[in-house]
Formats: sequence, C-alpha cells, structure tokens
Amino acid sequence: MADEQIQEALEASAHQERSKRLRAYWLRVIGALAGLVVVAIVINVFAKGTFLAWGNIVQVLRQISYNCIMGVGQTFVIITAGIDLSIGSLVSLTGVVMALFANAMHFGGLPLVVATLAVGVAVGALAGYVNALPVVRLNLPPFITTLAMMMIAVGLSYKISHGRPIPLQSGDFQGIGIGAFLGGLTRAMHVHDIPNPVIWMIVIVAVGSILLTKTRFGRYVFALGGNEEAARLAGVNVRRIKTLVYVISGVCAGIVGFLYMALFSSGSPQTGTGDEMLEAIAAVVVGGTSLMGGRGSIVGTFFGALLIGMLYNVMNLLNIESYTQKIVLGAVILLAVVLDETRKRYLAKT
Amino acid sequence: MRGIGKSFPGVRALDDVSLQLYAGEVLALVGENGAGKSTLMKILAGAQPADAGRIFVDGSAVRIDTPGAAERLGIGMIYQEFNLVPALNAVENIVLGNEPHRGIFLDERVARERASAVLVELGIALPLDVETARLSVAQQQMIEIAKVLSKRARIVVMDEPSAALSERETDRLFDIIARLRARGVGIVYISHRMEELPRVADRITVLRDGHAIETRVAKDFPADDIIRAMVGRRLDAHFPELPPVAAGAPVALSVRNLARPPAVNGVSFEVRSGEIVGFSGLVGAGRTEILRAIAGADVPLHGEVDVGGHRVRVLQPSDGIAAGIAFITEDRKSQGLVLGMTVRENVTLAHVGEFVGRDLLVNRAKETQATNHYIAELRIRTPSPEQLVRNLSGGNQQKVVLAKWLLGHARVFLFDEPTRGIDVGSKAEIYNLMVSLARNGAGIVMVSSDLPEILGMSHRICVVRGGAIVREFLRGEATPDAVIAVATGAA
Repeated sequence: MADEQIQEALEASAHQERSKRLRAYWLRVIGALAGLVVVAIVINVFAKGTFLAWGNIVQVLRQISYNCIMGVGQTFVIITAGIDLSIGSLVSLTGVVMALFANAMHFGGLPLVVATLAVGVAVGALAGYVNALPVVRLNLPPFITTLAMMMIAVGLSYKISHGRPIPLQSGDFQGIGIGAFLGGLTRAMHVHDIPNPVIWMIVIVAVGSILLTKTRFGRYVFALGGNEEAARLAGVNVRRIKTLVYVISGVCAGIVGFLYMALFSSGSPQTGTGDEMLEAIAAVVVGGTSLMGGRGSIVGTFFGALLIGMLYNVMNLLNIESYTQKIVLGAVILLAVVLDETRKRYLAKT
Repeated sequence: MRGIGKSFPGVRALDDVSLQLYAGEVLALVGENGAGKSTLMKILAGAQPADAGRIFVDGSAVRIDTPGAAERLGIGMIYQEFNLVPALNAVENIVLGNEPHRGIFLDERVARERASAVLVELGIALPLDVETARLSVAQQQMIEIAKVLSKRARIVVMDEPSAALSERETDRLFDIIARLRARGVGIVYISHRMEELPRVADRITVLRDGHAIETRVAKDFPADDIIRAMVGRRLDAHFPELPPVAAGAPVALSVRNLARPPAVNGVSFEVRSGEIVGFSGLVGAGRTEILRAIAGADVPLHGEVDVGGHRVRVLQPSDGIAAGIAFITEDRKSQGLVLGMTVRENVTLAHVGEFVGRDLLVNRAKETQATNHYIAELRIRTPSPEQLVRNLSGGNQQKVVLAKWLLGHARVFLFDEPTRGIDVGSKAEIYNLMVSLARNGAGIVMVSSDLPEILGMSHRICVVRGGAIVREFLRGEATPDAVIAVATGAA
C-alpha cells in the first residue's frame, strides 16, 4: 500500500474513532440529562412545583458557584495526582486581606474594586506558590504541605482580623456580590436575573476548560499526572507545571474570597473554613476526575458541583433537616463514584 | 525440574529445560541476559506458572502455583531486588509473615531468640535494632538469607547475589554459602561473573535462548568453554547493511570525562555523523547511566558534552532536547510513554510547542497530520491516532516512542535496549530506521544486551564495565567471545 493510501485510511479511521467517541460522549450527556429531567420532574411534583421554578434554578446555580470555582482550580491539581487542602483557608485569608486593603485605600469606584481583586488574586497565587515549593523542591507530599498551609492561612486570617469580620467601608462592592451585570438583558427578556457569581463561574469554567484541553499547558498537566517520569524525559518542565497548578488553585480561592467578601460586604475569617474545601474536592471527584491523576475534566467538575447543589436544594424544599442532609450527601457521593467506576469497567470490556 | 517450558507473547522464554539440584551442592546457572535464568527460577518459586514440565522435590512430583506453596516445600528465593520492609529492623524482617505471638500480642523475646539463632548458625553479626533501610546492601542480603533459612528452606536460589557486593563482602557471602552447603542445603547460584564460579560452584549449567545447553562439574568447565556455550552459534538475525561512515564525517557527539559516581566514572568517546556506536556490557555496568547523564535525565554530573561541535550544558532533559539529543529509554512503560494518553498525544509530547498556533491553542488537526505521517512511515499498527497507547502491542508502543523522537529532528540518538521484548518484525523495522537515521547524518549510540544486535548494528563497539569504557572494538575485530570476555572481566 502506498503511503498516501495508508494516510487516507488512517485519517478515515481517525475520523471514525473520533465520531465513535463523540457519540459515546453525547450518549452519556443525553443519558445524564434525561435522567436528571425525570428526577427533576418527580421532585418537582413532591415539592409542589417549587423545584423547577426559574428562580429556584438560578438560586441553585448561585449557591454552587463558589464551590465550583474552587473546584476548577482543584481539578488542575488533582489531575497532576496532587491535592490542595488549603483552598478553604485561603478564601478566608484573601477575604480578610482584601477587606483591610480596600478600607485602607483612599480611592473608590471601579479602580478600588479592580485593585482589591488583584490583591486577593496575588495573595492566593503567592500561597499556591508556597504550597508548591516543598512539593517540587523536596518531593514532599502535597497532602502535607497544603495541610500546613490550611492551618497557617486560617491562623493568619484570624490574627490579622482579630477574629472579627471586617466590614467594608466602600459600597462599591455590593453590585459585584449581589447584583447582576446582565440585569438589563435579562429584564428585557422577561427572565429572572442571573446573579454575578454565576457569571463568574461560567466564565471561569469556560476559561479553565479551554486551558486544560486546548493548550500546551493543559496537555502537560495530563502528561504529568499520567506518567511524571516520561513527561520529564520528554522535556516537560515538571517543576514549573506543578507550581502553576497550585498557583491556579490559589488564584481560584482568591476569586472566591473576593466574591464572598462582596456578598457579605465584609471580610470574615470564618468564611470558607467550613465544609467548602471538602465539597469542592467532592465536586471534582463526582465529576469523574481521578485522584490517581492523569484523567479528568472541568466540565465534569461543574456537573459534580451541580449535583451536590441540587441535592441540598431538593432536601431543603422537602424540609429534610440538615443532619439527614449530610448523610444523604455522603451516600450520594459514594454512589456517584461507584456508578462511574462501574460504567468505566463496563466500557473497558466492550 | 524436568522439561520446563514457558512462552510469553512473541517469545519462547524456556523450551524443555531440565535441571537437577542435589542436597548440599551449589549449582551455578549462567547465561546471557534474556537466556531464561530468571524465568526458570520464578517458576521454581511459584511466582510464574510454567506452560509445560514437572517439578520434583525429594523425588515426588509437586505443584508450585503460588509463592506460598514454594515456601512450604522449603524453596527460598533471594532476588536481586530484596523483599525487605525498609522501616522494620532485622528481627522483624526475619520473622515477617510468621511472627511468634502470645495471644494477640507479638512475642518480641521469642522473635529475637529465633532470629539470633539463625544468624549465629550462619556466623553473621549485624545490628538487630536498626531499621534495615540504614544497613548496607551486604547486610540486607544477609538478612534475606537469614529470613529464608528461618523458614527452614532446603533449596535456596540466589539471583546474582554478588553483583552489588565488594570483594570482602563477597568473601563473607561465600563463607555463608559454605555453611549452608555443609548443612545440606541445595543452592542455585545465578551469576554473570566468570571469575567467581570456580570458587563457589560445584556444577555449572549454561542456559541460552531458553535451552539448557550444557552442564559440567565446575572443575572441568573452564571460562572459555562457558563463554562459548553462552554465546553459541546462533541463527543470525537479519540486520540491514550498515552504510560506511564517510571519511571526513563531522563529530556529532563528543563526550569527555563524563562522571557521575558511582555508576559513571570518567567516560570519553566520540560519535561521528552517520555512525552507530554500540555499548556492550553486563547489567549494572553503567551503560544506561551514561546515556541518562548525556541526556540530562540525571544531574548533576561532571565532564563535557559537545553536540555538533558546540558545548552544551545539560541540566535537565529539556536542555538535551533543545541541543538535539533524543533519548529513547529502555523501559518504555515507565519512562517513555504516558499509557493513558493517545498515540497522537504521546507522539507530540516532546514538541507540543511546534503545534501551538497564534491563538496559543494546540492545533489538533496539525498534530493528527504529523502523527499520521509517522504511523505510515514506521508502520505503527494502531486503529487510529486517537487510540490509547495502553492498547498497543510492545513493538508498536516502541515505535510510538521512536516517532516521538523523530518528530524533533534531533541529530544525536541515544537508544537504550531499543528492541528488548518486541517481536521480530518490529525489530527489523527498528534496525532499518536506525540505518536510515545514520544515512541522514545522525550520530547514534545504542546500548544493548543482545550481542548479535551489537555486533550486527554497530560501526564500533565500546565495552563498558564499572562505569567506564574498558575496551573499544572496530566492527571487523569484535567477536562474541572477545566482547563477553571483556565485559565479564575474564580478559
């Protein structure tokens, strides 16, 4: 066979393989959506029509936006077979630092908002860099270094705020946390406003997803998680890529710190120190990203966060008290991961 | 062991091998890498099942299908890679798996007595309370021996026990072997070192290509005869004709006083454009480490490396790649490939930057095009560039690794065991590829444990021993016997 013919045959089979994968992908998405719709309708009946109200859906999206943004950064880290336990504490620390910074400035308006966000992002990035340092230099496990950062950051946060929320003196942040950029548009369309955190989430999920799947950096993240030594010998700067994923995670925490601060009109050391970090990691794992590294997606993380958010919402609508909520949530996380694993084994056999 | 046979996909590792071991004797098992020694011993130890043949212990046929079964029959293995728990001390390691206990509590006093009894019997003194990770290799080996004996082993297999030992430690080991022999233990001693065989062995069996070639009493088996039996007359593989190196060909790679102790100790050589230089030597001689040092896989190092006449400072693998050095690693699964990624992603991994467009995104169509080119050129048998590399055969995986390095237009290629464990057809294709690289002016270094391959595919042959090049042969003057003799230290 001439080389051209081989080439043609290859391209044809590549096309086939791609379309096969695409079909499998859409089958999965449509299957998941169909299942979701059926469940949603049933729940809606039980909840007397409150669940599928547009207002409620927007509410769920708003609630998941914070954990989802943290989950985006965490997805990068987990694909390299690492973990970042410090994100919740960094939300707390960046919020307090930003509030102190904003109150100390003598200007206002958009410049203040932008400068404050930049400070939060910088603090998050720096913390991520510090997280990565012992990991890439001394090969220490990220579980330990980020656990240390988790304690240091929250301690620092309480110390500089003296344990009390720091109210923002400027009112310029209120629009960011509570308002809706697209208010004019949505009102013209006679639909419910889309809150700003949801827009932030959509943008960050989109940017993160492109970064992970379409760029050289993203390719290296997967290669590193799949086989670090092979990646290193192929010339991948393993230290730089690893450092960057922790920086990205820190930046995401900084953005979430900013959004919470704007929402509460204050920087509080308590923010982010509850279950946020664990729920963000849960969203990543439920979304199909492997804790062993090398495999995962950001869109998956979004759906993971959505599933968890919907569960909380449904249980609230059905008046299930919060202790039971936790039990159900834990069981559902386990079930989701078990189902995903079963599906993969089934696919591997066929 | 009688009529043992074993096949792996594409390889017949053992064919009708029979072996007898008497109580109280040391049987040395020798052969080149890949001759089947380790496979045979793994079958005896129950680590791998045999396809054919039977095993008899004390005259009765036995089934050894698990390591546990081997242990119950009194068969003990001491692998090159020790099976000690590094964080436990000598006593804990020796009694591991059958700890004495009183009720639910470990009985440390009895454990200690039992361990010291074995050690005294062997005449070994070593610290009992230190975690084994902090002991020397020789001490760890003695713990392994004690561990096997504490389980009342009557047959002990030692896989190259002297490989990592100093002269004095080796003497010590031979003392212990003598004591074991006096107690009636039968020992299978696997070794590459000709010079120690007459000292330690009663009989010697030579394996080659999965066959037991010859067994003789050690006294009547001189080193020359052993080497001849190891190398044998073989069906010559079909090697392509090597194009001669042009008279005035420039130097592609020059290495001077390269050192990275203890594995690499002062290596100097040159490879000219269009030349293939073969590195021969025993496992552990330092061949792989020399390549790794040149490619920047291991740092820091001493010495000078010039590529195409220009000094390069290689501090990490990406520097080597930038300088035009391609390093095709020996172990493709752990170092060459990301198994969970596609053929396309693996082929472009070292040069993704070349496929990034102005929008900073990776251009997948261009990647697919380049990958298809190499799939066709190297005849990689894969249903598509989107197939996961995990699902390809060994030979095709190796071709993916090659494609990865061909993509970058490197001028120096370092091949480490390029054809190990792959089928004959793929081997021939890889040889042809090396020839065409040489014809296009690349300088090639090939490390191989396959002697015919070294002899058939090299313009020049460097024999490595103890991390240094001890002898150089030109293509015409190298014979298998001479190369093995230099590599084993017999000459």
